[in-house]
Amino acid sequence: MRNFIRFIIKHHFAILFFIIEMVSLLLVVNYNAYQRSSFLSSSNALTGGIFKRFNAGTEYLMLREINDDLARENAYLRSRMPESFRASRDYFNLVYDSLSQQEYIYRSARVINNSTNRRFNYLTLNKGRAHGIEPEMGVISNKGGVGIVKNVSENYSTVISIINTRLKISAKLKDSGFFGSLEWDGDAYEYVYLHDIPRHANVNIGDLVVTSGYSSIFPEGIVLGNVEHVDLEKGASFYNIKVKLSVDFKKLAFVEVIGHSIREEQITLEKATEHD
Amino acid sequence: MISELPRYLFNFIFFTIIQLLVLNNIQLNGFVNPYLYVIFILTLPFDIPGWLLLVLGFTLGMVIDVFSDTPGMHASATVLMCFLRPYVLRIIAPRDDYQLGTLPTMNYYGASWFLRYAIILVFAHHLFLFFVEVFSVTHFFSTFLRVITSTFFTIILILIAQLFSKGKKQGR
Repeated sequence: MRNFIRFIIKHHFAILFFIIEMVSLLLVVNYNAYQRSSFLSSSNALTGGIFKRFNAGTEYLMLREINDDLARENAYLRSRMPESFRASRDYFNLVYDSLSQQEYIYRSARVINNSTNRRFNYLTLNKGRAHGIEPEMGVISNKGGVGIVKNVSENYSTVISIINTRLKISAKLKDSGFFGSLEWDGDAYEYVYLHDIPRHANVNIGDLVVTSGYSSIFPEGIVLGNVEHVDLEKGASFYNIKVKLSVDFKKLAFVEVIGHSIREEQITLEKATEHD
Repeated sequence: MISELPRYLFNFIFFTIIQLLVLNNIQLNGFVNPYLYVIFILTLPFDIPGWLLLVLGFTLGMVIDVFSDTPGMHASATVLMCFLRPYVLRIIAPRDDYQLGTLPTMNYYGASWFLRYAIILVFAHHLFLFFVEVFSVTHFFSTFLRVITSTFFTIILILIAQLFSKGKKQGR
């Protein structure tokens, strides 16, 4: 026993190192379970509060561009107003009741923390459960898709962004309708890759890539980017498609969170079918 | 040692803030992420007890982790660096050994000694950090390139920070 204690005292430095290192690596390996508890992630109030304050400063520097974006969006929305359409009595039209049939609800939020330089990039938003935001909601900006809400606290939420190697998004080519999964390879933050497009599809550079709407997270047709480069290896049955993202993740300031009002129904139905 | 406490406390907070609010936003093609905060570990006194060194390393890494959503990554890398520090110091000790009342900084032991000391430890830290972050060897060369470039930029920032630090200048 005494020898054992002497051994511990003699090598206490190495033993302590070993213990602390194991604890740290355990944290890394249990990353996902850890994230779920969201205790130490940036959605907790203290870190969220600090980032919010810092963001108030940097946001000021981006006001010009934000104003441009908002003005453009205003113009677009104005063009959709009833007044900007010509009334016609020459034909009848089917009218959908927008109140009882609304499927997607949009809530605006501000990005208060953002990263583009890691392999697993996350955003923090200034709205949380108190504002109706829940995990698994889609997040878009006025330029296109951004990511999916991961954790939610009372007043903040974290978003797993498209440029995160852990996220795959169901996407399709707008013209031909072929769908595949969109995935980031962890390199340049402007480009992602579209997999699983079969070789008989017709893909051209510049084709629009949009959300497929199958996952019930995003509505169909949200712009994700343009095809930048197409490549078909000999004997491969799927294309290698490089997509330039329409959203510049370095300039994100305001986003919209999409709530799907009847998503529960779709998921329950799909689950029931799976068990058959 | 006690009188140095406020200075180290200031260093800890100052470099953490610089790291989180400025350097974490720096990016060049995804290859350069300088991690200046390790300078805090580099400049701790020679006679710091081993357990305190490890605990400080863990705390510093954990603080960085909490704010950048990477639980355990920086903590494990910084703890490894703290573990290596005494051995590295022993290996590269100058001929007349370290003097009493000095710190392991450029001002006391000169640029070439400090550069060797910093490069070894920063490289170890970055190597561990980036490979834990990727958690696979499939992207070995691109990860290794990131380690090298980031080490280079971290060293440059550490040298710049050292120019501003106080301490007796010695002509060596």
